[in-house]
Amino acid sequence: MNAYVDVTALPAPAYPPHARTYRYDEVDREFLQERIAEFSGQVERRLAGALTEDEFKPLRLMNGLYLQLHAYMYRIAIPYGILNATQLRQLAMIARRWDRGFGHFTTRQNIQFNWTRLEDVPDIMRALADVDMHAIQTSGNCIRNTTTDEYAGASPDEVADPRVYAEIIRQWSTLHPEFTWLPRKFKIAITGAPHDRVALQAHDVGVVVRKNAAGETGFEVWAGGGLGRTPVLARKIRDWVGEDEFLAYLEAVLRVYNALGNRDNIYKARIKILVRDLGDEFAERVEAEFARLPKRKYRLDPEIVDQIASHFAPPPFAALPDNPQAYAQALDGNAEFAAWAKQSVRAHKAPGYASVTISLKPIGGIPGDASAEQMEAVATLAERHSFGEIRVTHVQNLVLPHVRQEDLLAVWDGLRAAGLATPNIGLISDIIACPGMDYCALATARSIPVAQMISERFASLDRQLDIGECFINISGCINACGHHHVGHIGILGVDKRGAESYQITLGGSATNDAAIGELVGPGFAYDAVTDAVETILRTYVAHRAAGERFVDTYRRIGLAPFKEALYAVA
Amino acid sequence: MPLLEDGRLVADDWVTVADDAPLPDPPAILTLARLRAEDLAGRNAPLGLALDPATQPEEIADLLPRLSLVAVLLPKSKDGRAFTQARSLREHHGFQGEIRATGHVLPDQYRMLLRCGVSTVQLPEGADPAVWTRSADLVDIAYQPARDAGAPLGLRRRRLERV
Ligand code: SF4
Repeated sequence: MNAYVDVTALPAPAYPPHARTYRYDEVDREFLQERIAEFSGQVERRLAGALTEDEFKPLRLMNGLYLQLHAYMYRIAIPYGILNATQLRQLAMIARRWDRGFGHFTTRQNIQFNWTRLEDVPDIMRALADVDMHAIQTSGNCIRNTTTDEYAGASPDEVADPRVYAEIIRQWSTLHPEFTWLPRKFKIAITGAPHDRVALQAHDVGVVVRKNAAGETGFEVWAGGGLGRTPVLARKIRDWVGEDEFLAYLEAVLRVYNALGNRDNIYKARIKILVRDLGDEFAERVEAEFARLPKRKYRLDPEIVDQIASHFAPPPFAALPDNPQAYAQALDGNAEFAAWAKQSVRAHKAPGYASVTISLKPIGGIPGDASAEQMEAVATLAERHSFGEIRVTHVQNLVLPHVRQEDLLAVWDGLRAAGLATPNIGLISDIIACPGMDYCALATARSIPVAQMISERFASLDRQLDIGECFINISGCINACGHHHVGHIGILGVDKRGAESYQITLGGSATNDAAIGELVGPGFAYDAVTDAVETILRTYVAHRAAGERFVDTYRRIGLAPFKEALYAVA
Repeated sequence: MPLLEDGRLVADDWVTVADDAPLPDPPAILTLARLRAEDLAGRNAPLGLALDPATQPEEIADLLPRLSLVAVLLPKSKDGRAFTQARSLREHHGFQGEIRATGHVLPDQYRMLLRCGVSTVQLPEGADPAVWTRSADLVDIAYQPARDAGAPLGLRRRRLERV
């Protein structure tokens, strides 16, 4: 026999309540050191010529290292977007010491450094390991970082805590022996709230944690979503999987995909193409595989769930009244604070608390960028006011999940001092943009400068408030990393005979009413995009009925009025 | 070509037979088409199948009782269908014979192949088996169940030992 034996069952650690993030123990740390040793060895073999670049590439990608336009980009995992203050400080240190003093938060709730030198990577890996972080599986054709609701554990509408299951997926998918060489990358999103804040249908697999009438936990599973050059929304493949069979079911989905996914054409290799082509047969095949899996082996033990759940125990909330006088007075006395609070402060499940969303979209700035100083300022505010906890959102902002309402003014002051108090969450300048031509080797057009131009055009807060909720998403090529298909206004930069041309789609959505945007017509030149957005918004304002958001008006009146306004010959 | 088993190079008793070549006496690895076409009634020497990555193990389930070896193929190192095939052969079909990984296999995949039920790897000429075992043994903590022997542990973390 030639195989492995599970020699020892390693204990799951028990931790004090509210660990903030999943806390590593000796076993997890040992694993991380082994993994660092493995990658260091791979780098050595590459340098010695024992591995070709072709062979090395997937190995380095699985360790988060991309080759970009000007340098290596190093993408660091922030599992389901949760950080503690110590980790955020360490990221600031890395930005300062090994990058240009900035980090870039991504739509996958990760962070990437755009100016990494290959020779520094081992040092960065060690610095990350010091705070229980790594870059494993942030790239490559494997199961990537699972994303979840940035308000998990805080949102009043939460049915079940998705972080527990996101961590379970993280552990299960870590160096999975069978699913590390998939046809393409594989992204899972999970939510425990009825309101979709994770873009469920834009993922390879989307999971909704639910409770049944008996109070048991189960999962609704969607599969086959993805953007890229062929955008497809996921379809539901299961209404309910019991908690103990969750991993068995995921195994079945991945097995069907690994066996049948396209291997010849990378543009057809995502699970969305398989699901689209097989239709109902996909779910049937998954069911067949699921039915014959040895359930005992893949059983998710309730004891393990409890142990992992203990890491996400609620913080020790004080008994506080909602809307304390101090907060009400501050709102009354300070219009600027009130304007910020209106956009950034969100209801919390614990009375007297709130979640604060921190905009990384200053007018004219680079969406998702934060300087080392800003990261440190947020870490300090988190320590003082949010039990040391920070979240990264899938729209490239940050969240302080548990802030006392009476402290909101102090938090705002702290954010203002760090240049982080832009009151534009959910407004037109809260733009998602991919790195585009400024960094990305695949780009066909600039993306960041377009975001900057638009945000400058709509700099006036009054104007933004008048327009109301409207999401702009910008991608610098057809790969759609800026998720333009699901933006209310989607902008895709392509190359048209040597010049940048921007195609605009309208009416996309990544939430419960998920939809792929419709192309409005021929593309616009680089210096005409902002005017086009302006025209679109003017058209909306002219047509809107009371209380309608941009996307509501669009759905009611359709493409025609916008087309007319954009392309009418003067 | 050298054959890796238990971390050591071992003699390969098998010959891989082209579809138009005569069937030899020693243990022979055939394609599926040949296996289906050939009248094997009188043959007692062990038979092996070169399983195409696109063929599902279900499609060859009827042949498995006659097979002593199934060779799975990684046409490129990043084409990982063989991992699922191996696991399915063991887990669903109870295949007890040799599962041999062939094609473009990397030392970095050795541990994962073993965990999926592969028993031997066909190495490129001149390969150093020590590189393979070192790579396999580097990470000995696993977070999930696979084809490993031992008690079912579900998601419990476990320490692996190569046997
Ligand atoms: S959408 Fe294109 S340009 Fe933008 S990051 Fe992705 S690959 Fe690069």
